[in-house]
Amino acid sequence: MSDFEPRIVGFLCNWCSYAGADAAGSARKTYPPNVRVIRVMCTGRIDPQFVIKAFQAGADGVMILGCHPGDCHYKEGNYKALRRFHLLRKMLTQFGIEEERFRLDWVSASEADKFVETISDMVQKVKALGPLKREIAA
Amino acid sequence: MAKPKVAFYWCASCGGCEEAVVDLAENILKVVEAVEFVLWPVAMDFKIKDVEALQDGEIAVSFINGSIRTGEQEHIAKLLRKKSGLVVAFGACAHIGGTPGLANFSNREIIFDYVYQKSPSLDNPGKIFPQEKTTVKEGELTLPKFYNTVFTLDQVIDVDYYLPGCAPPPDLIMNAVEAILTGNLPPKGTVLAPDKSLCDTCKRKITKPEKAVIKHIKRVHEVLIDPEKCFLDQGIICLGPATRDGCGERCINANMPCRGCFGSTSRVEDQGAKFLSALSSIIDADSEEEIKKITDSIADPAGIFYYYSLPASMLRRKFI
Repeated sequence: MSDFEPRIVGFLCNWCSYAGADAAGSARKTYPPNVRVIRVMCTGRIDPQFVIKAFQAGADGVMILGCHPGDCHYKEGNYKALRRFHLLRKMLTQFGIEEERFRLDWVSASEADKFVETISDMVQKVKALGPLKREIAA
Repeated sequence: MAKPKVAFYWCASCGGCEEAVVDLAENILKVVEAVEFVLWPVAMDFKIKDVEALQDGEIAVSFINGSIRTGEQEHIAKLLRKKSGLVVAFGACAHIGGTPGLANFSNREIIFDYVYQKSPSLDNPGKIFPQEKTTVKEGELTLPKFYNTVFTLDQVIDVDYYLPGCAPPPDLIMNAVEAILTGNLPPKGTVLAPDKSLCDTCKRKITKPEKAVIKHIKRVHEVLIDPEKCFLDQGIICLGPATRDGCGERCINANMPCRGCFGSTSRVEDQGAKFLSALSSIIDADSEEEIKKITDSIADPAGIFYYYSLPASMLRRKFI
């Protein structure tokens, strides 16, 4: 299992977390390269279909990173994401997708260290779980 | 001119779709007059070999209801596809999997284990499970293969049109039959129903407040349902926002919420995910704790959001 490199899709909001990721890069911080970042204008834009599509298409984990509550550029997009997240995570466990494979965290534009920690922790947890089995056998 | 040949077949279904044909009432006489049935196991005595003896494409149209659960169903679906000019997926199970598709939260092993071993009403000391082949002294007996996964009809054969609903309402059936008989057909792959959401024509729409917000999710047996008011506004899960219109609101008129048998509109790929999104947007809570409390009160989100559409959803089944 040690050589398993998980594929993780990260949806990052443009205003906080994407800038946070940028800050981590500018500061030349190191973190695992397993997260494929997709920039969205707001976490409130993330349709549950995006997350499910990622799992269907081969992701071993999906993470959503957005502005801290109260900091949303559009006032309440992150609250919308939070509501969807809890229900979606519960539903995904019924599909056999463990809770640890789907995560939501708040990372501001200045929190380069938190970005690195969050990514590293997610990669480590998904590594421990192993690849997501998604076989559809007749 | 010879009458067009028609087949009507059932796979994993309850028989309700056959009932829907009877619900055509007097119109059924028009249909019977216009076509010649070559296969309709529930109503008439035809044999599969009669169908096998037909030329390829000789059947004008095959209406197939039910999802695909066994090898035999797949075999006959493929046979009818070969012999038919048009194939119509008839009803929710053929269209999007239907309630038999909820078995995709399980698999063959788990189902057999329960049905033939753990079920409390069962006595099976010999631990006998169905076998595809069994040799007895008279010879070899066979049973169709029971699949691990339930499939929609279009996951095993090419489907020309879809008649949605559990069961499809008589007006949509008649429209479809007339369209086929007159050759006045929409593009291949069309769902023969309106392409807007149920809420669009729901008569309770006018009672919907500006911003529907819910603090508690209730189940239908827990409350007295107001027959005028939007179900979601009453905190009752109703799949109307994520479901295609055209059913005539039979459930709503009987004061029961929508369960999504028509599937989604053409712009949506995953009905359950879209409904989850719609429901989340009207939860009235901002703190993580309160949100969790409300979402946790939904006992079986996947089961209710994919009540009819699990095999047609993006994930299609539970990963076991």
